[in-house]
Amino acid sequence: MPIFSYLAIPANGAKEMLCADLASLSHCEVIPSDNREVVVLVTDTPDKATEEKLQEKLKQLQTLQSLSLTFGYDDEKIKEKLR
Amino acid sequence: MKLNRRRFLKYAAASSAVATAGALFPGASFGSWQKLKNNSGIISWQKAPCRFCGTGCGVLIGVSDGRAVAVKGDPNCSVNKGLCCMKGYHSVQALYAKDRITTAKIRKNGEMVEVPIKEALDLIADKIKKTMEKHGKDSVAIYGSGQWTIPDGYVASKLFKGCLGTNNVEANARLCMASAVTGFMTSFGIDEPMGCYEDMDHANVFITWGNNMAEMHPVLFSRMLANRKRRNNVTIIDFATRSTRTSQAADKSILFRPQTDLAVANAICYEIIKNDWVNWDFVNEHVSFHKGKTNIGYGTQDHFAFKDKAESIDFEEYKRFLEDYTPEKVEKISGVSAKNIKYMAALYGDPDLKVTSFWCMGMNQHTRGTWINNLVYNIHLLVGKISTPGNSPFSLTGQPSACGTVREVGTLTHKLPHGVVMNEHHRKMAAEIWDVPLENIDPKPTYHTVEMFRALDRGDIKFIWIQVTNPMVTMPNLRRYRDGALKDDRFVVVSDVYPTPTTDVADVILPAAMWVEQEGMFGNSERRTQHFAEIVKPPGEAMSDTWQIIEVARRLGFEKQFPWSQDEYIGKIWEEYRKFHAGPKHEMAPYTVLKKRSGVQWPFVDGKETRWRFNAKYDPACTNGKDFDFYGKKNHRAWIWARPYEPAAEFPDGEYNFWLNTGRVIEHWHTGSMTRRIPVLHNAVPHSYVEINPEDAAELGVVNGEMVKIISRRGEVTMPASIRGRGVPPRGMVFVPFFDESYLINEVTLDAFCPISKQPDYKKCAVRLEKA
Ligand code: SF4
Repeated sequence: MPIFSYLAIPANGAKEMLCADLASLSHCEVIPSDNREVVVLVTDTPDKATEEKLQEKLKQLQTLQSLSLTFGYDDEKIKEKLR
Repeated sequence: MKLNRRRFLKYAAASSAVATAGALFPGASFGSWQKLKNNSGIISWQKAPCRFCGTGCGVLIGVSDGRAVAVKGDPNCSVNKGLCCMKGYHSVQALYAKDRITTAKIRKNGEMVEVPIKEALDLIADKIKKTMEKHGKDSVAIYGSGQWTIPDGYVASKLFKGCLGTNNVEANARLCMASAVTGFMTSFGIDEPMGCYEDMDHANVFITWGNNMAEMHPVLFSRMLANRKRRNNVTIIDFATRSTRTSQAADKSILFRPQTDLAVANAICYEIIKNDWVNWDFVNEHVSFHKGKTNIGYGTQDHFAFKDKAESIDFEEYKRFLEDYTPEKVEKISGVSAKNIKYMAALYGDPDLKVTSFWCMGMNQHTRGTWINNLVYNIHLLVGKISTPGNSPFSLTGQPSACGTVREVGTLTHKLPHGVVMNEHHRKMAAEIWDVPLENIDPKPTYHTVEMFRALDRGDIKFIWIQVTNPMVTMPNLRRYRDGALKDDRFVVVSDVYPTPTTDVADVILPAAMWVEQEGMFGNSERRTQHFAEIVKPPGEAMSDTWQIIEVARRLGFEKQFPWSQDEYIGKIWEEYRKFHAGPKHEMAPYTVLKKRSGVQWPFVDGKETRWRFNAKYDPACTNGKDFDFYGKKNHRAWIWARPYEPAAEFPDGEYNFWLNTGRVIEHWHTGSMTRRIPVLHNAVPHSYVEINPEDAAELGVVNGEMVKIISRRGEVTMPASIRGRGVPPRGMVFVPFFDESYLINEVTLDAFCPISKQPDYKKCAVRLEKA
């Protein structure tokens, strides 16, 4: 059940569109900056398969120039490491 | 309950992203983000300093069900005001990798066998005793770290110097900070910066001397960028030997040939004097001029000894010395155009500009590290830009407690918590506080770090205890020291949290508590002491390094010197240690104050922190009745030194035609033993690489990712090439990050050091390249 946060940089002039694109995806919370061309994206997926699907969808977004990870938490990974 | 916990994790995730955005886009605001007002009790947040770099960011650790699950920046900490870098945000994950060392191990018949920790501690005490009986007191040693907590270093020094009577105490800060210390001592007679991070909010010009701050001190760098954004009179100059992320963000990037920073610094002083930009009021009142020995060697041979001799000179002699360093002459040595040298001099010389210089390993890991520290102080002293808000020559530290534990506690062979072993008055003070006979404390220093590992190789040292550091990755000319440690009658104890190449050579491994699994204190770059509580329990039989030393000390019969109980020992140790620093020059905050605040700067006098030392307006230790008092020196003046340019110990020639420069990347902490176990950081930079200039790569016929062999006179390593990556070296230089134990670049480096500080130069040796 991973939770990640990212900085999403929109393609030129496409911040509004990017926010709309991201907000339309499940498991995504979008926090746009009021005054800079950057959007915070927080994802909270229930399992690995959903996470992978979401990643695929993110990759396909035309309005997204780049995505950089700022936080990652994954219960499963941590449990796996402890096993 | 589950819902709440996830809600808080999402909050931590969002706050991490918002903070990172703030670093990259100064002034960015996220008005729609509703902060969660309080916590439900499911996750509790407790303060600590970050475990990683010497910036000393305050963090809040989120704990749920006894586990540290999240990190956010501490808004009450003035260092970072709520911001962290990626290492900080992911730091708690370093506690929980699956190969954590949780039990003690002893080598039996060549195999490491798990044993109860008591048995391992018995064996260590027995070995120390028998080794000393057979080979003398200086045959045993302890090697610690700038990641030791202050109590760790304090009890190590007390046991080895005070009780066992050997000065064989060293710490890895010798490899990263020693030149900064000797720089301070020779220029000011007292250690640690006069300024503080608040200088960043006042300076108009920042000059980074060989310092990739964007990656090494990212939170401070973002504060600099935020200042540039907010005020329209801020300029950042990156003065370096290769292009980095710092160069990209700077207003101007100026490259110099390795080692020639010495010549450029002198040329800047030449220009300041030539143009009469000298602040004569300041210089006449507060500065004296000196010269020392020259052609001082490089320390590559065993038993190398050097002692500098200071001679007073007058201003005219200093001025004549600088005639060899006209910008035009220095352009030829350094590759820096005379125009750029004059430009930098004009920035320092302009009375209307406040200038802060930053440096770290680039200047300290230098065979003339003490000298280049002196020379940058010279510049600031000539123009009187020092010890006032925004005017600051500022030496940054790499490790979270290089200042706190190594420099302040004095965990180096020649040091005591107050002063040096050579000084009888200082020995008396230590003997009294430690409750040991004065004769116990040996007045002669023994081995600095490189010489300590040489002594282990030669067999002069038979027993070494290594805590919180990984010398089998970090020692220069590594192969010699690894072979030495593996010799038959050497006994190596390693206390650590994960297996490393250093635990590979151990005869005993002790499981250590990590960071917030114990109570302790760190001291950061700006004289700030930061307390942290035990926030989560250590796993298995792991115990703090402090407690391990106490257990061994008691087994050796020193119960009287180590009487504390396990639930109060940190507070007691702190109050004992504080006695060493009583007085306005170095007064430390009481334990009760440290516990409450997110760091307290010393000198802490009458309940007040001192932000700028030597300035009578801020520093209660100033007593000369003038505006400044450089009280570290007997003449109450800061010393300007005539120090020449001398070449590196080894430089490219026909056979080995490249410079090798080594260093770090933002994602990884030093040898990567913790950060490589954090999936996000590991995946971001999964392995090391060699940065090659694109034209050199084309000549070699190497493309990005292809394997390249790096060969020096000492060894070779084969690793993937990085071309046009995040850093680009100039032609004739390669750069390798040292975090990856699969590519031991220090088998290639040279164990030459600054003869004054004894700090090795990891930035310069000669190699050749082959396509593998
Ligand atoms: S800048 Fe240094 S102290 Fe601050 S969060 Fe990053 S690693 Fe930790």
